[in-house]
Amino acid sequence: MTQRKPYSTQVMQFLGSMNLAITLLVVIALASIIGTVLQQNQPYPSYVIKFGAFWFDIFRILGLYDIYSSVWFLTILAFLVISTATCIVRNTPGIVRELKHFREHIQEKSLRLMKHSTALHLTQSSGEVQKTAETILKNQGYRFKLQQNEDNIVIAAKKGSSHYWGYWLTHIGMIVICLGGLLDSRLPIMLAEWQGTIKPETRPVPVSEIAKESFLSPNNLSFRGNVNIAEGQKTDVIFLPIRDSYLVQPLPFKVELKDFRVEHYSTGMPKSFESDLVIYDSDLAQPISKTISVNHPLIHKGIAIYQADFGDGGSEVDLKFNPFNPNYKVPDLKGNVFKDYKITGTSAQYKLELTDFRLFNILPITDDKGIVHQRNVGPSVTFKVRNAAGEAIEYLNYMSPIMIDNRNYIVSGIRTKPGEALKYLHIPIDEKGTVQGFMQFLHNLQNPELVRRAASSTTQQSMQEVNLKNADIEQQVIESMIRLTQVFATRGFEGISADINQRFPEPQRAAVNEAFAKVLNVALRAVYLETLKNKGITNPTEKDWLFYDDSLSAMANLPLYGSPWYVQLTGFKQIQASGLQMTRSPGQNVVYLGCLMLVLGVFLMFYVAQRRIWIWLKPQETPNTVEMILAGTTNRQVSEFEKFMKTLRQAFESMSVRS
Amino acid sequence: MSVPSEALNELLNKPSFFQRIKPTDWVWAALVVAGGLFAFVKYAHAMDIYEQAFLILAIPSMIALGWSWRAFQPYSVAVTILSLLGISLYSGVYANGETVFGLKYLFSSQSAVMWMSALFVLATLFYFGGLFTHHEFTLKTASAITWTALVMGFVGLMVRWYESYLVDPEFGHIPVSNLYEVFILFCVITGLLYMYYEGRYRTRTMGGFVLLVISAAVAFLLWYAFTREADQIRPLVPALKSYWMKIHVPANFIGYGAFALAAMTSTAYLVKYYYNNPSRLVAILVPSFIFAGLFLWILLRDLFGKEAVANPSFTFILSAATHAGMIALVTTALLAALGYLLLLPSTQKNFPSLDLLEDITYKAIALGFAFFTVATILGAMWAAEAWGGYWSWDPKETWALIVWLNYAAWLHFRFSKGAHGTPMAWWAVVGLFVTLFAFLGVNMFLSGLHSYGEL
Repeated sequence: MTQRKPYSTQVMQFLGSMNLAITLLVVIALASIIGTVLQQNQPYPSYVIKFGAFWFDIFRILGLYDIYSSVWFLTILAFLVISTATCIVRNTPGIVRELKHFREHIQEKSLRLMKHSTALHLTQSSGEVQKTAETILKNQGYRFKLQQNEDNIVIAAKKGSSHYWGYWLTHIGMIVICLGGLLDSRLPIMLAEWQGTIKPETRPVPVSEIAKESFLSPNNLSFRGNVNIAEGQKTDVIFLPIRDSYLVQPLPFKVELKDFRVEHYSTGMPKSFESDLVIYDSDLAQPISKTISVNHPLIHKGIAIYQADFGDGGSEVDLKFNPFNPNYKVPDLKGNVFKDYKITGTSAQYKLELTDFRLFNILPITDDKGIVHQRNVGPSVTFKVRNAAGEAIEYLNYMSPIMIDNRNYIVSGIRTKPGEALKYLHIPIDEKGTVQGFMQFLHNLQNPELVRRAASSTTQQSMQEVNLKNADIEQQVIESMIRLTQVFATRGFEGISADINQRFPEPQRAAVNEAFAKVLNVALRAVYLETLKNKGITNPTEKDWLFYDDSLSAMANLPLYGSPWYVQLTGFKQIQASGLQMTRSPGQNVVYLGCLMLVLGVFLMFYVAQRRIWIWLKPQETPNTVEMILAGTTNRQVSEFEKFMKTLRQAFESMSVRS
Repeated sequence: MSVPSEALNELLNKPSFFQRIKPTDWVWAALVVAGGLFAFVKYAHAMDIYEQAFLILAIPSMIALGWSWRAFQPYSVAVTILSLLGISLYSGVYANGETVFGLKYLFSSQSAVMWMSALFVLATLFYFGGLFTHHEFTLKTASAITWTALVMGFVGLMVRWYESYLVDPEFGHIPVSNLYEVFILFCVITGLLYMYYEGRYRTRTMGGFVLLVISAAVAFLLWYAFTREADQIRPLVPALKSYWMKIHVPANFIGYGAFALAAMTSTAYLVKYYYNNPSRLVAILVPSFIFAGLFLWILLRDLFGKEAVANPSFTFILSAATHAGMIALVTTALLAALGYLLLLPSTQKNFPSLDLLEDITYKAIALGFAFFTVATILGAMWAAEAWGGYWSWDPKETWALIVWLNYAAWLHFRFSKGAHGTPMAWWAVVGLFVTLFAFLGVNMFLSGLHSYGEL
């Protein structure tokens, strides 16, 4: 009957068991995968969009949005540390024994049963063999102990004890790494949040309006946060993002951004990001001025300041509003990025929210040979136009024309929802490189008198050509031309389809559509010719007709554009901002120490084999004969050891051959 | 059988360390010191303190490597001479690469890499040819071709390093900065590791298996170069401009190369094992084919099915499953094909023993694990300097950890439980796919997810 082991022993055995250790390693690996597939620490609304409300909640409860800080993940890590520690505690007495003892009292029977064991008879004196054996062992780096028994001698030798140091170093190293990580972890913040002593801020408000509960102590042991500073500005706080909100960490000094620079390679790719910083600290006699860049942080008072990001710091932009309809004329605007402006002067109220300015935009541009190059297309401005109902459309407008299929366009990207791909409006440019030519054509289409004039003259001309005189038909054609042009200029092709659908029954629609298209086309051409004539062009070239085609394509898209104006960037004064990351991580050196232990340990464990050799000698009755057992164990590099044992046997055999 | 007294003498009068060093070893050491010091004197001003330290430390490391693996000596000499030849042919003009014969057809980095690619594929064929025909000379030729491929690969990297400065002095960087460059590195390192074991165990018959993974890498390399113009020399992004890259990436690729080698020796193990135990092969292959077939069905339905899947996250899972299925299919097909080829009984005679294959697998994984540990730690230290934290659970970091945990578990199984045989061999093969995902999948797949996820 086996006796039940005490409960504590069972727990120890379970915690220190290899099965648990391997299971934990695999479970951590699998759990880690989740965090790489599901993007971590994104704003919550984006998760809702992706998963829907139901799954969003389930994933949130499971802590999948910040999996590596979730309680269950940390618990598994804690288990790994406990398991490793238990393993060390359980194995250490055995290892100490291994290190101390030579096992010289081993039995003959055990020696014969070993995997690497061989017996031989030598015609040689026992003393001679013993001497040779000792020399060989010493030469091979073995330490040994002699045991004189009643009728035999055992030489117990071993080498490679540092293998066990490898075991300790790797396993203790792992624990040290985890503890170092713990020092730098957010556990204190999580606990404080749990207790309710701190409360993250969710609103994007100025620092002065943030509640006290969202501030961390300046003496906080470890943190990692970000701050954006515009050129010429100072900060003494940084922000720690936490789930969909943030905490404020006060700094023991002030940081000022003097200048931020991006340098570029000849290809237009950024070469370096640099920030000239000044540190003001009451403990310093003089402020420190230093330039930081990527890979070259600045460390002050144990806080490392990294170049992490960059952006706009509130650049000044000059904006010109080109109305698509002459009625919507509004004055030019001088504004700053991150500020909102009311656009007055129209019947409807709009708000213009400037969100970004970029001096460089590197885009793939196809040249006339069809080769794609990364080119800088110059400055751009990003803004939102919000209507009275609060609906906003986002626009990205480039300052300079961009070449597409060998023709230059003013490009404006739009999207109605954040995260959507941008759709682009391509406005053809006139001979001066502006959008004025297009706007003039568009305005002319909306000018009833001009349209009537153009429609009349083209209709009369056509009727004369076919020798037709019918005032009624003429009038009818002119009227439909005016009406269609009107519909097209305000609502595009969609408007015309809608108009047809409303006025004609299904069977007639296709035919009407065709007829209308012809009429419209003639009218548009007429207005375009009129527009050109006003400019003094009477013989349109191919280029003019390309412009005409491009204009129509752009106009067809206008009803979807949403804004009553094309907002043109005409001038700017760039003010940049640098994104700094600041960390205080007291655990870093602890982790490095653990890493060093781990690396040393791994090499010792793999490349130092712990070996034991026993040479058992029993003098026989016949003089100068001796029976020998050659046995050994190794825990690594078995094949090499086998080879060595074979050589050893041959060596001793040769002793008896020689005598 | 060797003369017994020799064995005794060897053990009794253990030659001292310096007695074991041959005259050629001293020549080697002198060359390395001379080369290292020359480079230091000439270029130290252009290096930062860390790079100077790397150069100085490289001298004893190279000497030690050459002394403990003598084949490395002529190899490095050949690489050095040909690289210098290639560099001198440029005579400081990048356009010479298109006009000078020696560059256009031999030593410009692109030509050298093409030579490497072609030679590796050729060597694979020779290795398999020699295995099936028992033709020792064919196997020796395969080794020679592999060495030549390795020389050309390394020369390609060295010349490319120089070329990057010729394109624009500001672009200059060590060619381990993009997938194209690291694939060359992967081929060269895996090949060198293999040649080390080939020399050490005096067996050439497993060469075909190892070169198979190199040939696969070559196929990817060529596809990548031709379709994506990845062979263009581009400047470094600011985050990569650091001395850390010079040690982190090569250390990582010693790990990757060793893991790949282990997976291929395990494949050889499995092929040999299942040849001798065909009934077990059926037990493995039938479920594999069902598994692969299932995913193939999903793939076809995905490609040709009328129901376009609207939900993007579902599409992602589906395409992930499809890719996994394709990988499973290819693996199975590959193993089946190899198994079939090896059914030729002729190959069995001179094929390495299961024990030896297992031993090499273990050694490669141990080596890979040690270097992968170092590389990951170096990566963490670099991250601390560039990103402000030694660990951020970024996908690449996390996958490095997953690979590390996977092999840590493998090693624990082997050491503490004494596990061996087919399960460990299968695990080593699966390990390659985990490694592959960490090395390629994260860049191609998760970054795609990343940009998709950026709302």
